[in-house]
Amino acid sequence: MLALQILIDGFAISSLYALGATGFTLIFGVSGVLNLSHGAIMVVAAVIAWWVAGTFGTGAYIGALAGVAAALACAFFTYRVIVRPIQDSGAIPKEEKEIFVLTGTLLWGIMLQEAVAYLFTDNPKTVRPLVEGVVMILGVRTPWNEILTAALSWGAIGLLYLLVNRTRTGKSLLAASMNPRGLTLLGFEMSNIYVLVWAIYGILAGIAGVLLGAFLGVSSGNAGTLTASAFSIVVLGGLGSVSGSLMAAYVVGYLETMTAYLVSPSIRTVPVLLLLVLVVYLRPQGLLGRR
Amino acid sequence: MRISHKIGLAGAAFGLALAAPSARAADPIKIGVIAETSAISGVGIPNAAKMAAEEINAKGGVNGRMIEIVDYDDHSSAADAVRAFQRAAQQDKVAAVIASYISEVVLALEPWAGRLKMPMITPGAASNEITKRVHDDYDHMKYVFHGYLASTQLADVVCDAGKSLMVNDLKMKTAVIMSEDAAWTRPLDDEYLKCLPASGLKVLDHIRLSPDTTDFTPIFNKIEGEKPDVIVTGISHVGVQPTVQWQQQQVPMPMYGIASQATNATFWKDTNGAADGVIFNMVAAPDVAVTPNTIPFAKAYKAKYGSLPGYAAYQSYDDVFMWAEAIRKAGGTEPDKMVEAMEKTDYVGTIGRVVFLPKEDTFAHGMKIGEGYITGLMVQWQKGNPVTVWPANVATGKMVFPAFTKLSQ
Repeated sequence: MLALQILIDGFAISSLYALGATGFTLIFGVSGVLNLSHGAIMVVAAVIAWWVAGTFGTGAYIGALAGVAAALACAFFTYRVIVRPIQDSGAIPKEEKEIFVLTGTLLWGIMLQEAVAYLFTDNPKTVRPLVEGVVMILGVRTPWNEILTAALSWGAIGLLYLLVNRTRTGKSLLAASMNPRGLTLLGFEMSNIYVLVWAIYGILAGIAGVLLGAFLGVSSGNAGTLTASAFSIVVLGGLGSVSGSLMAAYVVGYLETMTAYLVSPSIRTVPVLLLLVLVVYLRPQGLLGRR
Repeated sequence: MRISHKIGLAGAAFGLALAAPSARAADPIKIGVIAETSAISGVGIPNAAKMAAEEINAKGGVNGRMIEIVDYDDHSSAADAVRAFQRAAQQDKVAAVIASYISEVVLALEPWAGRLKMPMITPGAASNEITKRVHDDYDHMKYVFHGYLASTQLADVVCDAGKSLMVNDLKMKTAVIMSEDAAWTRPLDDEYLKCLPASGLKVLDHIRLSPDTTDFTPIFNKIEGEKPDVIVTGISHVGVQPTVQWQQQQVPMPMYGIASQATNATFWKDTNGAADGVIFNMVAAPDVAVTPNTIPFAKAYKAKYGSLPGYAAYQSYDDVFMWAEAIRKAGGTEPDKMVEAMEKTDYVGTIGRVVFLPKEDTFAHGMKIGEGYITGLMVQWQKGNPVTVWPANVATGKMVFPAFTKLSQ
């Protein structure tokens, strides 16, 4: 019974982690950007979904769409106004650009977080779930929303997989992560590919944010933790490796859930952090990292 | 150039000399308000204080001087709050401070109130430690007053009401305590462990959770496995999330106790209505005439700010009147005289009759609790509205629970 409960709860939260980390690792893989405003963008998505559905009475679906659209807008803004100018700047030495991008996205994330707190208070908000009610799975009472969260997360990841492996545009993304110079020589415009990858990222982060808002609820104060959690999953899985991140998301999700059930909910995140320290010591390239 | 500069200075000095005496007489009395304005519980503190100041000023102010509220946002950070406190005392020269609803913040400010001899009251923090320090080190800490119930007193209200609501009305026998790990819940839990059994609820387990918790599923599953009749809460930093997850997972036992976020008027909307059935403690509610001032204040607050006041707003509103009265009685803003006058407070505000306990009491400068003073209420969210369900003589409705709650076990 307890084992089944851990299995079900761990699966839902892990799927959500996987979705959140996929976009994060994709951006890094393709354009080498570690986007530290990731958590704030997820928070924006959830809060906008809550706000639109609650204030305008549009219902859960329109609210969720508005949330994803908001994340998409934030992602574009992050790329065009924060990341791109730093990458194009002649005044910043090439080897320092990554640090500038890190700092820029970090500050932008804090600005987003504070804006959410200012406009909507820092009280947690919960997005109205797309489906209500519970179902018994072998004696474990499971909210439908939890099942939907896992299903939608995997749906989005599956679509991404198809896009990357089955379409020409997607394949160019994959190529960009392997050898950007080769791609340029073949006549691809790298900036188009970057715009595409940020768009995909925005949608993934938006869906993850809205689902998180419906599943657990979010407040502006969660932005930092969400970035940190995506970051740890990506480091654990191997920077830039999507399949590594998926695997790592499940390691983290189940480790947290098991700790919460078997030890104590108050130290839920501690074992993951210890594991991360171990990984950095013993296998710095992560579980499936290439470099 | 030089000469004209000198003449200018002299002119300015002369002007000042002429203006100064009259300016001083009309100088406003400043009261500093330190709270987090992005939090709903926090923003009510400056909002309500400003309302009180406007009302006092409309009647001519204090000793002919107007009250001016100077507010500082501390982002719920003790470091920011201490900086704001220092600025309020040294630069902005406030006469008194109304500070925060978070015990950790108030405990950080307390030594500064002593050092800078700055009279201070908290409208919403609950830790017993606040008044214990006043009791233990009166000469230094006497500037601090506690304008809200101490944790132990809060627990006693929950237990008293629990005896009538849970044990007598619903025939409950067992409870699990679920509280967050924070300064204010330590004495709260100690008292719960004593007073719940005394009122007829056997405590099956005592769960302390991290205030950073976002996923409460394991906690609720654990509690459910222990089959208590009721979950007795002690939560403030968390609130929206456990409530929503309690409803989504259809945890079959009611949540009852202290839940500060539930006191916010926006709680229903923040939880998308998941709050239905949650019972929480307040000292004043918008639907009950605790005193003749309660309902008019709640109505005026809603008219001005668009939502009902959170729990700390009631106390903050009263605190401004009490400081004004203390300044009037002290004949000015000399801190020691203000403290002396404040100690003699006997004021009927929005939350009841406020009388501060003497320095010999363990809760020195805390409020006197009990019949005829501050009693506390238990309020339940019902269909979007907070409805007072205890005590019986002021209740405006009966308890109603959502369909998934199983009451008799």
